[in-house]
Amino acid sequence: MTAQVLVLLGTKKGAFLLTGNEGRTEWHLRGPFCEASPIYHMVYDDATHLLYAAGGNPWFGPGIWRSENVGETWSHTNIGLTYGEAGPGISTIWHLTPARDVIYAGADPAGLFASTDQGLTWTHVEGLRNHPTCAQWQPGYGGLCLHSIVVHPTEPDRMWVGISAVGTFATADGGQTWATRNQGVRAEFHPERYPEFGQCVHKLLLTADGAQLYQQNHCGVYRSDDAGVHWQEITAGLPSDFGFPLALHPRDPNTLYVIPLNGGDKGRYVPEGRMVVWRSTDGGDSWGPLTRGLPEEHAYLGVLREGMAVDTLDPVGIYVGTSTGQVFGSHDEGESWQQICTNLPPILSVETALVEA
Amino acid sequence: MAQVHLPRALTALVPGLPLRVELDAQAVQELIAKLDQRWAGLANCLCNSHMTLRPHINVYVDGERAMLSTMLHPRSVVRVLMAVSGG
Repeated sequence: MTAQVLVLLGTKKGAFLLTGNEGRTEWHLRGPFCEASPIYHMVYDDATHLLYAAGGNPWFGPGIWRSENVGETWSHTNIGLTYGEAGPGISTIWHLTPARDVIYAGADPAGLFASTDQGLTWTHVEGLRNHPTCAQWQPGYGGLCLHSIVVHPTEPDRMWVGISAVGTFATADGGQTWATRNQGVRAEFHPERYPEFGQCVHKLLLTADGAQLYQQNHCGVYRSDDAGVHWQEITAGLPSDFGFPLALHPRDPNTLYVIPLNGGDKGRYVPEGRMVVWRSTDGGDSWGPLTRGLPEEHAYLGVLREGMAVDTLDPVGIYVGTSTGQVFGSHDEGESWQQICTNLPPILSVETALVEA
Repeated sequence: MAQVHLPRALTALVPGLPLRVELDAQAVQELIAKLDQRWAGLANCLCNSHMTLRPHINVYVDGERAMLSTMLHPRSVVRVLMAVSGG
């Protein structure tokens, strides 16, 4: 069997799929799918071989699409995607994470949903919105989205979520109860520099071995070696503390990638119009630029929080989708890059999958 | 029976939903609830959780702009339209 890399692209105008050849040097584009609705995240469940896309339609509200045949046909559901009459209306589904026998979905306004029937129907995981701070959650520019869901690889009742302008929360009982996990994370836009919550986490990820959490925040990049109880800032060496995406090497917990932008109040494009992916191979203690093949000037583009992903091949492939519709790919762990697609709608998310050729 | 006309984009999201349906209902809200019984998820497409129409969904009954509480006649014509929206 030959494995084939799929790059899953959620865009402002539907879902797209890029299929790579064996060398990851040539790519075939399909789409748009999902009725050209804005798609905020896509994911492929290796266990069931089902492909999911999540988003929101400006007329018909939140939706999750599912494909049983790697994108040939799709079906839509919104069953259960509600907080009920007492809760706020949901505009969008922002993120999907398959776990063992469940798929989780994050919504805007922030809340967690779960499906145990492979995405056909959904149930609100009420514990998170029962947290005593919920009434004080305030949306930022990106809304009040729950955009990151990470599940411990061997203890599935342990999870962490990231909520824009609210921060990180953790559960150890499958979502029944939650605790804030923001100690050591700055909130420069808040009256207190280190509040209990209110931090603007942009992307939260867990290493494959479950030992470290990393986050790209509105105010810096951070690592936690104790399940999020304490965070250590690892921004030093980067050109800016502001950025959205974060990607982790699938096997080396000390290697991670970020794409800093020029600043939260400065236009939010790559510094000086020069696109650079920054890599650390020592857990964020130091950083180095990766530039070969990336635009070196007049590139006033951004990359959103779901806009970078890695595959699991050796060497690792890295894929970046921009707010201006380009996809850049590297098949050598970031040493060199090629533009593998352009002229797409603004790209909201990038994920990868390995499927049978 | 009320005659209900639905937008084509909605039929793409809800499997099996036709463009035109006839059914009995006293008011728009009951009509949507009955549609949802036959095509699960349809009410969530048209209404938010507070049981009001979504902001970019317009319903007309016999040519007049309607709300969920608008009453229907046995031969009412109900048109569900997508408002100008998007970018």
